Amino acid sequence: MLRYVVSRVLLTIPTLLGVAVLVFFMLRIVPGDVVEVKLRGDGGNVSQEAIEMERKKLGLDKPLMTQFGDWMVGVATLDFGKSMWTERPVMEEISLRLELSLQVAIMATLIAVFIAIPLGTTAALFRDTWIDYVVRIVTIGGLSIPSFWFGMLIMLSLLAFFNWLPPITFTPIYVDPVANITQLIWPALAVGYRYCAVVARMIRSSLLEVLNEDYIRTARAKGVYEKLVISRHALRNALLPAITVIGLEFTFLVGGLVVTEQVFNLNGIGQLFVQSVSRNDFTLIQGMVMLIAAFYVFVNLAVDVLYAVFDPRIRYT
Amino acid sequence: MKRLLGTLSLALAAVAFAASPASAQTPKRGGNLNFAISAETPHYDCHASDTYATLHFSSPFYSTLLRYNLPKFPQIEGDLAKSWTLSPDKKTYTFVLHDGVKFHDGTPFTSADIKATYERLRNPTGGAVSNRKATFSDIEAIETPNPTTVVFKLKAVNASMLDHFASPWNCVYSAKDLAADANAPRTKINGTGPFTFVEHVKGSHVAGKRNESYFKKGLPYLDSYRGIFTLQAAAMLNALQGGQVLAEFRGVSPAERDRMVAAMGDKLRVEESSWTLNLLVAFNIEKPPFNDVRVRKALLMAIDRWGGSQGLSRISTLRSVGGVIRPGSPLATPEAELVKLPGFSKDIKKSREEAKKLLKEAGQENLKFTLWNRNLAMPYTPAGIFLVDQWRQIGVEVEHKQSDTAPYLAALRSGNYEVAVDFSNLFNDDATLALSKYLSHKNNPLNLSRANDDVIDDLYEKQLREGDVAKRKGFIQALEKRLFEQAYQQPLLWWHRIVLTHKTVMGWKMSPSHNLGGDLAEVWLNQ
Repeated sequence: MLRYVVSRVLLTIPTLLGVAVLVFFMLRIVPGDVVEVKLRGDGGNVSQEAIEMERKKLGLDKPLMTQFGDWMVGVATLDFGKSMWTERPVMEEISLRLELSLQVAIMATLIAVFIAIPLGTTAALFRDTWIDYVVRIVTIGGLSIPSFWFGMLIMLSLLAFFNWLPPITFTPIYVDPVANITQLIWPALAVGYRYCAVVARMIRSSLLEVLNEDYIRTARAKGVYEKLVISRHALRNALLPAITVIGLEFTFLVGGLVVTEQVFNLNGIGQLFVQSVSRNDFTLIQGMVMLIAAFYVFVNLAVDVLYAVFDPRIRYT
Repeated sequence: MKRLLGTLSLALAAVAFAASPASAQTPKRGGNLNFAISAETPHYDCHASDTYATLHFSSPFYSTLLRYNLPKFPQIEGDLAKSWTLSPDKKTYTFVLHDGVKFHDGTPFTSADIKATYERLRNPTGGAVSNRKATFSDIEAIETPNPTTVVFKLKAVNASMLDHFASPWNCVYSAKDLAADANAPRTKINGTGPFTFVEHVKGSHVAGKRNESYFKKGLPYLDSYRGIFTLQAAAMLNALQGGQVLAEFRGVSPAERDRMVAAMGDKLRVEESSWTLNLLVAFNIEKPPFNDVRVRKALLMAIDRWGGSQGLSRISTLRSVGGVIRPGSPLATPEAELVKLPGFSKDIKKSREEAKKLLKEAGQENLKFTLWNRNLAMPYTPAGIFLVDQWRQIGVEVEHKQSDTAPYLAALRSGNYEVAVDFSNLFNDDATLALSKYLSHKNNPLNLSRANDDVIDDLYEKQLREGDVAKRKGFIQALEKRLFEQAYQQPLLWWHRIVLTHKTVMGWKMSPSHNLGGDLAEVWLNQ
């Protein structure tokens, strides 16, 4: 197992290297000039001299391979350079938003997992009863309603019924936990609902499949308590596909909540991503792509490790 | 009788209310104001910016030499200048400055700071950018005979110079800072304004606190403020309704106003004004077939501005039909004259027939092109859709391409477009400011049509040097006629400003420009 984990960790190096090469050179192919956008983008009358000076300052006057080399040296030391737009360190720009995005993703995951597991299990156990129908309506609702729209409903409901809205600026949880939770619980609920629906339906269908397996019949024939049959034998196996979905959804939530962030006026990674793309802010895009790629790689690794924990038959050698 | 008494009571109540306006109440000191800023500035440098996003962010930290007296707009008053005189030949301005003023870092403010600021505005060096370089090109020399006197010597008489000195974009920077790094104001804030900088959390907010050594005694009233970036209108309106922000000082659409009035009732203050802002249609004359005046003119003649203003004013911030000067302002062309100009006829059927004829003559009956526009919902999107529809009615097929502001402006400035929805963002009704956009491209690279027209340049120069208002107005109207006959660019519609504030926000003054009145010095909270 340890050997497997170490080998997977080592494999992340060429994976991330590949991502780095791709993102660096593909961005240079995309039309648009960050200096033009930066200096002329607020309507100014900018001299060619100022443009050249800015290009030099950003290191864009150097040959492409030199730029790539400089960036890779930085990446190796976790220095992603400075944002070409704001001129602040990329890590600073990202970390400013990552805390919020990560917290929303964690809270949404917790909401989803804690609701989805009992919901999916109950639906499967009471298949084709009114309980199952209610769960199916709730989950189909979650899949059909876009998160941002559900978020808008939440906000308007809070306004209409309580004439109240959550705080509009972010306070870290270690500074003021109440203000922090009061602000982030709503977006977490908005995205957690859809997330929960996906996971609950996955658990329901895979549990139904597992409940028909021979080993479940055997366990029941041996007289094992039904609760134990479900929790120890059926659910553990049924959770495997759900774990994959949870992993993928979690990673998506870290960087993909663009519209939901706008609805709740959150200063998150999703908005930063969109802004940096529209501004051709190469260094920031590179840093964020590397971050998201690293998240995907490590979350997938964690999912694989969890597979072994939940299903002892799976052993990586 | 009862009805009469009721009417009288209402009238008396109205008079009593009018006699005790918000500004007449005694201001209270203290409190924190949260207000919304619907865009985030990419940098802090007023000199290099044309967007309110920079001003709403930076204005509370800075002072200017002069400024507008908003209740008496367009009257000008001193800010850092205590008084000023103009020489008899109208070529020398002498300003006496307030003494005892300090920058936020403690450095004493002197005339040298004004000199350094205006040298940077008129002739930026060291990679600094000034969008006001052309505006101040008439300044020949800036002298500082003593620390509280600064003298501007002009090359020629300039009818607009005083207005330019009152521009909100001329934030006064420290000479010491500029000497160390000409570009320092892009990333560092050090002004003499009513508030000192606390923090800028990127993507979230800017915060300031009272400048205890502000040179205007007793001001500001607020302890602190927080400008919160709300990039989506819906989020801003929710925040306003929920009380997380108490104001948004740029402006909202009529539909947004109606929603908020319905939701908040008498807790909300609604102030309205015509706006020194217009959207215009610009043709890049370097891109065929827009090098043909017949094509450009046909496209302008197909637009039903009068009809459009009625529809668009209900759903967007667009409202008034006007020429190059804000309708209703002293130098504007009256409606009776305006309707005679191409593109402003009230007989749209006849006008469109003529437009079709012009396109046929130019061999462009099946004209197709791309219209560049900003991807801002209000009012750019409705304006773009309106134009596409208007041109469809003369058989022209248009692709409406909307883009983020920065790449949109960069594309327009580089000439990589055919036709665009542009904007003219003014801070006053002075003709020079409004007309400079139409100067030949060789003289003003911000002319998006990229046209070079000596007749326009000559008329611009004449109005600039003319002291007699009637004569000046004649030159302005001649320039406008030439511009529309050549159809390089033309205002589509002028905006209408609607500002919503909670009634607890006092002392803020409405004006026709969202670029003015951003220093918050006299704003207070009635809580």
